[in-house]
Amino acid sequence: MKTFVGIDLGSTTTKAVLLDEDEEVLGRGITNSRSNYDTACRVAGQEAAIDARFTLFRREFGAEQGTDEQVETFLGALERAFRLEQFVEQLNDLERTCLEQVTGERFAKVAEGVKQALAEIFRRLRHEAPSMFAPGATRKSDFFRDIAGSRYLTVAEEVARDASLGYDLLLNVYDKSIIAVENRPPSGGLSEKFKRALDRVASEGAGLDGELQEPVERALDIELEETYLVGTGYGRVTLPFSKEHIRSEILCHGLGAHMMYPKTRTVLDIGGQDTKGIQVDGNGIVENFQMNDRCAAGCGRYLGYIADEMNMGLHELGPLAMKSSKPARINSTCTVFAGAELRDRLALGENREDILAGLHRAIILRAMSIISRSGGIDDEFTFTGGVAKNEAAVRELKKLVQENYGEVTINIDPDSIYTGALGGAEFARRAAEGRVEGVEA
Amino acid sequence: MKITTSRAPSKEVVKDASMVKQKEMMAAHYDRLANAGESGEKVASTFVPGNLNELIMCFDLVNNLPEVNAIQSGLRRKSGSYVMEAEKAGHSEDVCTYVKSDIGMMAKGNIGPNGKKLPDPDVLLLSYTGCFTFMKWFELLREQYKCETIFLQTPYMADGKVTPNMIEYMVKQLKEDVIPKLEQVSGVKFDIDRLREYLRKSAKAEDDLVYILQSAKNKPSPIDAYFGGIYYVGPIFGAFRGTDDAIDFYRFLREEVDQRIAAGLGPVTPDGPMAEEKYRLVVEGPPNYTNFRQFWKMFYEEGAVVVASSYSKVGGTYDFGFRHDPDRPLETLAEYCLGVYTNRSLPMRVDMLTNYVNEYEADGLLINSIKSCNSFSAGQLLIMREVEKRTGKPAAFIETDLVDPRYFSAANVKNRLESYFQMVEQKRSGASKGVAA
Repeated sequence: MKTFVGIDLGSTTTKAVLLDEDEEVLGRGITNSRSNYDTACRVAGQEAAIDARFTLFRREFGAEQGTDEQVETFLGALERAFRLEQFVEQLNDLERTCLEQVTGERFAKVAEGVKQALAEIFRRLRHEAPSMFAPGATRKSDFFRDIAGSRYLTVAEEVARDASLGYDLLLNVYDKSIIAVENRPPSGGLSEKFKRALDRVASEGAGLDGELQEPVERALDIELEETYLVGTGYGRVTLPFSKEHIRSEILCHGLGAHMMYPKTRTVLDIGGQDTKGIQVDGNGIVENFQMNDRCAAGCGRYLGYIADEMNMGLHELGPLAMKSSKPARINSTCTVFAGAELRDRLALGENREDILAGLHRAIILRAMSIISRSGGIDDEFTFTGGVAKNEAAVRELKKLVQENYGEVTINIDPDSIYTGALGGAEFARRAAEGRVEGVEA
Repeated sequence: MKITTSRAPSKEVVKDASMVKQKEMMAAHYDRLANAGESGEKVASTFVPGNLNELIMCFDLVNNLPEVNAIQSGLRRKSGSYVMEAEKAGHSEDVCTYVKSDIGMMAKGNIGPNGKKLPDPDVLLLSYTGCFTFMKWFELLREQYKCETIFLQTPYMADGKVTPNMIEYMVKQLKEDVIPKLEQVSGVKFDIDRLREYLRKSAKAEDDLVYILQSAKNKPSPIDAYFGGIYYVGPIFGAFRGTDDAIDFYRFLREEVDQRIAAGLGPVTPDGPMAEEKYRLVVEGPPNYTNFRQFWKMFYEEGAVVVASSYSKVGGTYDFGFRHDPDRPLETLAEYCLGVYTNRSLPMRVDMLTNYVNEYEADGLLINSIKSCNSFSAGQLLIMREVEKRTGKPAAFIETDLVDPRYFSAANVKNRLESYFQMVEQKRSGASKGVAA
């Protein structure tokens, strides 16, 4: 079947969306942008293709998401089994790569010991892997680097201690290997992995009987043809896309927001390094836009920095800030100054939650200034980007919108991080139809 | 996915004959300035907006323009260190970077673009035209050179019109203050007939300049009225207005433009003739000079040509009919000063830009807002909204600086320009096809 791909190469993450000919989302995929947009692009695309398979399974079962318990139980098991397959495959790649690093003078006397230790580490990692993908198990991140990395470091420490081997040696081979593994394009066919995952599900007894097996196989046999691809986002300039395959992220965000909420007139997107205020018309066509200039103060990275400064996870900031009833007044949105401001206020005895709430408010104040420069807020207003997932930021935004513009419908889609990629995919679909907008035909 | 990785090899910059000629004229002028000490010629420093070149010439003075010197430093990538030198001397980061480039250049020996030392001015002639910073700048220069400083006050056109009172006020200053002081500094007696002769020559060149600038109404436009426009206005905004050289230059340029119109050709860019005109823009605000060619490339690579710009009116607005009038020599100088773009009120600027978008059938308005130029930037967002509303054409806003390289972020500017061009394209195809979502 024909598919249309939109890829949004952000500064932090790369997102992909796959559309079918009827403008329906088949799949979404996300990965960390790493230092290699080429790979990030491929990984995100593949992730979207995997997600698309699940949509196709559901379509074959004739069930919408969550309507048929048996189907959902099965698909849940299949997804976990598939992720496990993927994880183990990359783990094996990591082991091979680590072993290749055990050469040279540094390892001259300890090579054998290090190799044995590596074998033991990866044996343990493989052994514990199924539990990481068991029903109900939570993972800190969905990116291989994060999951494998934190477990490797813990296990390697134990193994090194038991074998009286230098931990730094094990750390050294890992450091040299992880980037190579991460940047290696995903290997092997997806179908093979799906088949292995199906076998695994069957062996665990969560499989389906013969009658239900058929739709799965039918769905797996559908070929997903990449009919047209459009790239957007900051990384687009570093990717060797030809011009007709590139759209600006402004246009993609405008169109994506319009597709999610057709009544959208104003879009706010707060991403890792930029904040965009976009005005669109009734067809999702951009009428005006403003972005932060020369300085990324008050963008998503600001929160990342604050999280690091406070030794917290990024996702923990919002909930803590929500506990504040008296947000501190913070004017600076300079990321570098924020650290100093934070320490200063902590030293003065202010509450962490109040300071955090103040920092969230500062971001939104800056966003409000950008929106007002782009022409203000018209009903409906759609908020997208990573920061839209942060409840404290959303709370401040709602307050300020109400104060400045009165009653306005505010839309926040749980998949808002994919807005740019969604718009890109729709541009791809239109381009394949011969409707070329935003670029000279 | 198509992969295109080839990059064109760097090649010689292409210039059309008029640009070469213009460069020669400017070089000759800088040599004249550098030799002023030897030749015994006296020097008047003055500004582009409201520069009274015809009057200056009546006293055998050579015209030296500090902003143009700053522009030359910017183009030659020297302004960055000059700006920092001025900051070292205590000038704030937010001060006009023309000023800081000039101050820094003086501190580093006042070496002009030809590598020779620029002369100290014998007189500072400030025709204050809408930019408050000019006044402060000359205060600094007066402190530095301790020479005669003349201040011709030009009333701001706050109500959008020139009144007889304004002219009277300025003529009185010319008669009672400016001319006597220039006589005193130069030792040359003022001859009004000599002024008339220069003004006659000015008007002749101005006719051709207007013809050239308005040639952009053709499709495709044979000129770029912003990036190319800067070359075109160079002689007439500087030391050549009122000379035969200027008449010859603009006649030559006019013929060149006529040839391009006849051949249906677009403007000549540093990479050769522009291939296809895809977007016609009106631009408000000065350009960036530290990355001038890179900035221009972001336009012509995308097929964007500037058909009208406000910046090409900062040294005189001629396209609404004003010409220097030899029959009213002093009054005409007053009218000239009053009419320059920087002396026009916000509503006048809105009218002018709206008019340009309509008359030149532009796709929209682009504002290049200058970080360190408050007199240009104040009100620009309002201007943008209003022009958008009146023309129904999309507008966009980018931010750079005149000659401070620290404020030119190529990736951001390019990103925004690309978005803008695509927005124009999308609106166009949306309008022509009645796009559904």
